Amino acid sequence: MSNIGNQQVLDAMRQSFDADVLSASEPYGLLTIEVNPSRIIEVLEFLNKHQELQLNFLTDLCAVHYPDDAGREIAVVYHLHSMVHNIRVRLKAYLPIDKPEIASATAIYSAANWMERETYDFYGVKFLNHPDLRRILNMDSMDYFPLRKEYALEDETRNDKDDRFFGR
Amino acid sequence: MVNIGEKPEGLEGQGFFATSLDKVIGLARANSLWPLPFATSCCGIEFMATMGSNYDLARFGSERLSFSPRQADLLMVMGTIAKKMGPVLKQVYDQMAEPKWVLSVGACASSGGIFDTYSVLQGIDRIIPVDVYVPGCPPRPEQIIEGVMKIQELAKNESLRRRHSEEYKRMLESYNLT
Amino acid sequence: MSELNIRNGGQLVSSETIDGEIAILNLGPTHPATHGVFQNVLKVDGERILEAEPTIGYIHRAFEKLAERRPYNQITPITDRLNYCSSPINNMGWHMTVEKLAGIEVSKRVDYMRVIIMELARIADHLVCNSVIGVDTGALTGFTYMFQERERIYEMFEAVCGARLTTNIGRIGGFERDFTDDFKHKLNDFLKTFPKRFDEFDSLITRNRIFMDRVIKAGPITAERALNYGFTGPNLRATGVDYDVRVMNPYSSYQDFDFIIPVGKDGDTYDRFMVRQHEIRESLSIIRQALDNMPAGKHYTEVPDYYLPPKDEVYKSMEALIYHFKIVMGETPIPAGEVYHAVEGGNGELGYYLISDGGRTPYRLHFRRPCFIYYQAYPEMIKGSLLSDAVLTMSSMNVIAGELDA
Repeated sequence: MSNIGNQQVLDAMRQSFDADVLSASEPYGLLTIEVNPSRIIEVLEFLNKHQELQLNFLTDLCAVHYPDDAGREIAVVYHLHSMVHNIRVRLKAYLPIDKPEIASATAIYSAANWMERETYDFYGVKFLNHPDLRRILNMDSMDYFPLRKEYALEDETRNDKDDRFFGR
Repeated sequence: MVNIGEKPEGLEGQGFFATSLDKVIGLARANSLWPLPFATSCCGIEFMATMGSNYDLARFGSERLSFSPRQADLLMVMGTIAKKMGPVLKQVYDQMAEPKWVLSVGACASSGGIFDTYSVLQGIDRIIPVDVYVPGCPPRPEQIIEGVMKIQELAKNESLRRRHSEEYKRMLESYNLT
Repeated sequence: MSELNIRNGGQLVSSETIDGEIAILNLGPTHPATHGVFQNVLKVDGERILEAEPTIGYIHRAFEKLAERRPYNQITPITDRLNYCSSPINNMGWHMTVEKLAGIEVSKRVDYMRVIIMELARIADHLVCNSVIGVDTGALTGFTYMFQERERIYEMFEAVCGARLTTNIGRIGGFERDFTDDFKHKLNDFLKTFPKRFDEFDSLITRNRIFMDRVIKAGPITAERALNYGFTGPNLRATGVDYDVRVMNPYSSYQDFDFIIPVGKDGDTYDRFMVRQHEIRESLSIIRQALDNMPAGKHYTEVPDYYLPPKDEVYKSMEALIYHFKIVMGETPIPAGEVYHAVEGGNGELGYYLISDGGRTPYRLHFRRPCFIYYQAYPEMIKGSLLSDAVLTMSSMNVIAGELDA
């Protein structure tokens, strides 16, 4: 059954979700499909339950911040894997920065629980219907989303760094 | 005649040895330090190698690791301390009974190490007083042993009244410790 | 009846009335040194666990944000500190990710050298995990024996890169120096004597009646739940699914080697322990094959844009000087693009998702950390088991705090 490749996945996706598959490409051999964020749950369900494709393993879920892309600042990236056919697919959903909300995939994949909490912690993406959306790695009292590009790496409140030694 | 260690100044006779109390107590304390391994990350694995049979920290009296702060003398902080972990470390230090020493093992515990980020405490001496710093990332077991030996020197030569002195109390207050 | 309020960092998380028999037990974050810093608040009925709520992040060091600041060859030390028991695997995975993005093809000799180093690291990682399972059941002797063997592995790493634990081994395009005769001698010695010592450890623990009674049926998980939770690595193989990245998406010439993938049946602690035991033996066989069939050649690939030129050329020729300067300053020409590369780490599929915009530093680097993903299943695995089984389940899952929090 190893004649299932990237082309078959793309064809199946276009057949069922034609208007919601916004673009597709294959950087370095990995099929990358951009989907409409409001239909992400249907897409994940479809790929999970599809008898032939069997893309039923969620490898990774993360986000990327593109501050210059107006209206599409936060990209939520899903990596799926079909162990039976050995194909990997990357799904991307772009969200605007003032309302970064997308449905949670926890009902389909239990693995998404903590991955979505981490994405919320770092980027502020709100996953609707998540069972327990709160910060996971940072302190609960933190009031900003540190991995967004506008925030610095270092602790801003430090006052003991001597600029002479740091070349500033 | 085998000389196992340096003996302190004192009066020696047939079957007895008289010296001052603080020297005897210092000797006893220095050679039976019970460490509390507060191991958070990579330095913890080097500590496990130090406790292993090749480098063997148990020779220095640290045979019994105590994970309960109530029964430990030496707090060995090994690994990165994040800001989230800071209150936990402070509480563990508080729970230890006097006399207690703190050994900061590794670059992360001494100064934040390579992690100059928003979530890492830049050195545990921001929240608890530290006696000896062991640099390295991670330090070799020999370096950790040297750190313990320096603590032994401190324990051997410490005056019995030090923990009750004004200066010590003021230092603890500067860290907001009771 | 009394009221119970659970607070997390000062904030009220849940509040309920409980009847007198149920107790709340806090496990961590200061564990006995072996496991790392994570906290579990358990609701126990006597000794039986009803619910568990894990809290992590006590060693969050912001690797992903740190990686956006550092040039590509300076990120290797950060990857060291992910799964620090087997840091060479993390380093090699990172080098392979950058090579994939930049389109560099390394020679077979470099591949085989990488395989030897990665399998040694895998043996070191599994030795820690299995010794620690022994320690948690009270068998301290195995720990001391196996840590002596780990010292020999550390000596071998030192011969190649100079460091024991956080190795920063290898470079983009190969290795910094070839395997010395000292290393080959140590490796041959290790391959000759380690199997006997490992058999001693095996004979102490594996068929020991007390050990088997403690770990069989402790913390089981079914294959369906494990796949749904995103398990990979020895934890998944213990449930019966034979997924191994080295076989499914071979990298670094793993397809040339002949090895089996051990799988378990029930997914309990004993199966996880046994899978790791067998994987150690398979790794020894892979190292033997790599050493016997090592092709001739250089220990690096000729990619002067990424790999430092030899020092005598730097002093003599202009191009070498310019390349040296650019690489040290971090101006390596990595093309824009996004790539996902996965290696089989000690705990499972360690993935690197790298997005580059053509600049000096990555635009986004995300680590797909296996520990983080499978630790979510811990509350489900210990529900209904005894407290001592919960401790064993945690140590058999081999949760490394550095990889959990990144």
